[in-house]
Amino acid sequence: MGTLVEEIIGNRLGRSVSAGDTVVAPVDCAFAHDVTAPLAIEAFERMEMPLHDPQRVVLVFDHVMPAATVAAAELHQRIRRFAADHQVRNLFAEGICHIIMVERGYARPGGIVVGADSHSTTYGGLGCFSTGMGSTDVGVILATGRTWFRVPQTLRVEVTGELRAPLTAKDVALHVLGSIGGDGADYMAVEWGGETVARMTLDQRLTLANMAADMGGKTGLCEVDETTLEGTTPIDGVPIPQPRSPRYADTLHVDVTHLQPQIAMPPAADNVHDIADVAGTPIDEVYIGSCTNGRLEDMEVIARYLSGHTVHPNTRTVVVPASRRIYTEALRRGWIETIVEAGALVMNPGCGPCLGRQHGVVAAGERVVSTSNRNYPGRMGSPHAEIYLTSPAVAAATAVAGCITDPRSAR
Amino acid sequence: MGRAWVLGDGVSTDAVMPGRFNLTTDPKTLAHACLCEARPDFAAGVQPGDVIIAGRNFGCGSSREHAPVSIRETGVVAVVAASFARIFARNAVNIGLPVIRCPAAAAAIVDGDSVEVDLRTGTVISGGRRFDGEAPSQLAVRIADAGGLVELIHDSGWAALEESRA
Repeated sequence: MGTLVEEIIGNRLGRSVSAGDTVVAPVDCAFAHDVTAPLAIEAFERMEMPLHDPQRVVLVFDHVMPAATVAAAELHQRIRRFAADHQVRNLFAEGICHIIMVERGYARPGGIVVGADSHSTTYGGLGCFSTGMGSTDVGVILATGRTWFRVPQTLRVEVTGELRAPLTAKDVALHVLGSIGGDGADYMAVEWGGETVARMTLDQRLTLANMAADMGGKTGLCEVDETTLEGTTPIDGVPIPQPRSPRYADTLHVDVTHLQPQIAMPPAADNVHDIADVAGTPIDEVYIGSCTNGRLEDMEVIARYLSGHTVHPNTRTVVVPASRRIYTEALRRGWIETIVEAGALVMNPGCGPCLGRQHGVVAAGERVVSTSNRNYPGRMGSPHAEIYLTSPAVAAATAVAGCITDPRSAR
Repeated sequence: MGRAWVLGDGVSTDAVMPGRFNLTTDPKTLAHACLCEARPDFAAGVQPGDVIIAGRNFGCGSSREHAPVSIRETGVVAVVAASFARIFARNAVNIGLPVIRCPAAAAAIVDGDSVEVDLRTGTVISGGRRFDGEAPSQLAVRIADAGGLVELIHDSGWAALEESRA
């Protein structure tokens, strides 16, 4: 009996748990990336214990990959040395950690995953209890294979109505974030459900779960159904989790029938508006990618909007497929050629310019449209740049027009 | 007794430690960059014993532990805020930076005021006024007493936490 998060944790512990309980639970897989791994390694070394299980550890180079500075190169070197010393073979430099965790099957329905990155909520989209922690927590997991959780209360978000293209899960996530605020789901599980979510692809659901982090959520979850099981393999030996007579702390009903394309304005991702409020604002840089929106479906959307067009001369446009698999598939389908011919810059899979260290750092006074999830001052470079968050369709239409553009009016 | 450094609502870990400055694990280097854009006078002016006072959702955003490490390294004895983002609060406790949830203190204390905090009770005292903050959880106290999460689990194992309640 319980919400999805109570069911997942309860199934793994073999006893029922309720929101508010503090539990010590096994972790199926823990990961860290090139910025958070070095501190996690230091915490692990202070534990003075052997690595609990190298197969349950994943290390990803994505935040500054390839290294853009000597400092970054030295961090990478330390991580590689650690991996070699401890026989960690799950070492990836081919995309964003959150995409790798799904593609490679480290995050599975019914599982428990902890990542040293706040957007580790993402795999909840396939019915895995996954959450972000800091490096010290992950260091302790490396040594013991376990961690402690307070079982969270659940905010159920019931989404109904037809989501008409070009609107996507990103618009839904931004809309909910704007409604409840950046701490609206603090310490809670956000459980996404309803007919609209049931019709979404797995990629779209991962976008919803990803942005639960930006609502303060401990995790974001979608129910496991046929769509989930087509693309994933559940954890062995535990039932496929489903909410059973759940008791939600709160339920939010969202009808998306008349939803407009959404845009988060500076200075925070919860400052969400209909696109009409800012349409026409000149834009210096467009970034399309990230753990929110760098997936194959997103590459298709960009190619469709850029096909037969050239990006605006005042708007440098950076496109970053989120993983090597996405990149190669988009190449095969001709989408990358279309994107490059339109004048966009296509970078190697990874976090791209999302966090202001590489691939399109911005200057004071510049305005950016980004498909990522964060627009805090200084996020992408100068604290005096403005960052607007949108769906890939809005971003691609904006790249062509040179100003914030409703994709429904493009072409 | 220390000086209050007052910040607003929604101070993110990007503001505490911008992504361009956290390509190191050295606490001293991190401390020099702490709040460098959000509060440029902080790193040079902060003294051991000082207290950060902030509004809602302090530490929101990235899980980067560099943020609480940088604050701890400046000698700040506690962060008092109207509320904390989840990962930041957990990280802070894990690495030995006390956090106190106290909306009344956050609303009343002005930058530069003298502040004293009682880490056991969550009480904040400033200019003769007394604000009752939230006392730390039993779990947070055990982690703090051990000197951090690593030290607690290293010395006592998970049994130490299985007995306690958050």
